[in-house]
Amino acid sequence: MLDKLLSPETIEETLRIVQNEFPLAIWETLYVTVIATALAIVIGLPLGVLLVAGEKNGVLPLPRPVMQVLNVVINLLRSVPFLILMIMVFPLARLIVGTAVGTVASIVPLVIAAFPFVARLVESSLREVNPNIIEMAQSMGASPFQIIMKVMIPESVPSLLSNFTIAITTILGYSAMSGIIGGGGLGKIAINYGYYRYMYLVMLLAVILLIVLVQIFQSVGTRLSVKSDKRLKGK
Amino acid sequence: MIEIRNLSKEFQTADGTVEALKNVNLTIQDGDIYGIIGMSGAGKSTLVRCINMLERPTEGQVLIDGQDIGALSTSELRKVRREITMIFQGFNLLMQRTCLKNICFPLELAGVNKADAKKRAMELLEVVGLPDKANAYPAQLSGGQQQRIAIARALATDPKVLLCDEATSALDPKTTHSILELIRDINHRLGISVIMITHQMSVVEEICSRVAILDEGHVVEEGLVSEIFSSPKSKAAKRLVFPEGAEEILLETKGERRIRVVFSGAVASREPLIAKMAMEEHIAASILGASTRSIGDKAYGNMLLGINGDDDTVQRAMNYLRSIPDVLVEEVTDNA
Repeated sequence: MLDKLLSPETIEETLRIVQNEFPLAIWETLYVTVIATALAIVIGLPLGVLLVAGEKNGVLPLPRPVMQVLNVVINLLRSVPFLILMIMVFPLARLIVGTAVGTVASIVPLVIAAFPFVARLVESSLREVNPNIIEMAQSMGASPFQIIMKVMIPESVPSLLSNFTIAITTILGYSAMSGIIGGGGLGKIAINYGYYRYMYLVMLLAVILLIVLVQIFQSVGTRLSVKSDKRLKGK
Repeated sequence: MIEIRNLSKEFQTADGTVEALKNVNLTIQDGDIYGIIGMSGAGKSTLVRCINMLERPTEGQVLIDGQDIGALSTSELRKVRREITMIFQGFNLLMQRTCLKNICFPLELAGVNKADAKKRAMELLEVVGLPDKANAYPAQLSGGQQQRIAIARALATDPKVLLCDEATSALDPKTTHSILELIRDINHRLGISVIMITHQMSVVEEICSRVAILDEGHVVEEGLVSEIFSSPKSKAAKRLVFPEGAEEILLETKGERRIRVVFSGAVASREPLIAKMAMEEHIAASILGASTRSIGDKAYGNMLLGINGDDDTVQRAMNYLRSIPDVLVEEVTDNA
């Protein structure tokens, strides 16, 4: 089997596929991941803020039913497996981007799957903020909005960056799955060539590239997070 | 002037209702450095948080210059809070902002434009003696320096009152002393009233003019620091003045007269005071209890002396001790 896998013809065809299809696939994977993460943050960040600020002892207590609904919706969306979720949001994708299949359409389920996750990550970051610092801001006459914008979020930037890194690597993994419903990118290549056409070498290369991308995102994210943390400055 | 009237605060906990403050009445005059002292759990922190309504009292009022601040709307209260600022045991600086930006923080909240805020912050860095730390981050500073930045931040909005919640409890004695000096200096120069919450008698001794002793939510004693020191009446006060065995120390011995010596910065720490008194005045005094500390070459704290002798001997001893600057001397009598 190994000699078939590495036969000159296979290698030649694999190289051809790598040359012709990989650049576009990498680009598609990157832009789907980045756009989906960005949108997930746009929706998830305010929700995460509400999860912390809206609590009974938070800076902006919200009515209990509102908090309950928020929590239930987030938990519900988080418990649907991504593969099922992709199919379930077909109508929504059709409504928003006009079609349910393809690269752009795959952004819709990605965002829907990712924003509740991001909301929970944001929640955990904001909970790390020292409550005494929030009390300090209150003692200086800060409004709830000022506390959120000037204290809670800026003080948790390093933690947020590190959690957003977790989000982007997870979304990258999900985006590969969306190859199933016709989303473009490295996932599609792995599935089409590896699974449907038994070209394991192509699949392997696509997977290796996904691993490399995760590594890059992770190290860039970690570096940004550490660099942004002013608590780590030497004396 | 701050008037605290019939203030009570209850907390609902899983174990039922806890009364943190019970009918507290205090008046703090403008320009005072007012100490509120008590053991852990006495209700000090709750009391100070009621002064700026971080905690809403269950009953009673807090009047600042005659204005009942409990009756203010949320937005009015936020404005009043700019005039009653606070420093904390843990400094509570924004760790992701530079020192300059930390000092600008309350000005930002108040909507002061950036250039003016920066100018004011630079002035305040001078006031607290850290002009070179504008662009440093709090993590790069020592505890004492962080507290100085916190003080500068608390002064940014030109407050009338500075609330200090255990502001020196996390600092070593030398740094504590320098922070207290700074607070005293601010009180003198800017005329800001200071309310010091503390569990350390030494802090009260060093800078407060008046003190209230809080015990289990009650104000058990209130008055001039010198008075409370020379004749603590309540159990809680005795315990604070003489942390170890106040009862035994204050137990009367027959024929013995007792005088209390309070050092408030006397340059006397290197003088063998009691021995000198014995040699020069021929008065033998026994030290019944003492809690003194030397900071630099100055002595702080107090001492209780027992003297066997007649009125004249006691009078001579008191006169001798009084001749030393910054030493308060008082006879302790039973009815005190």
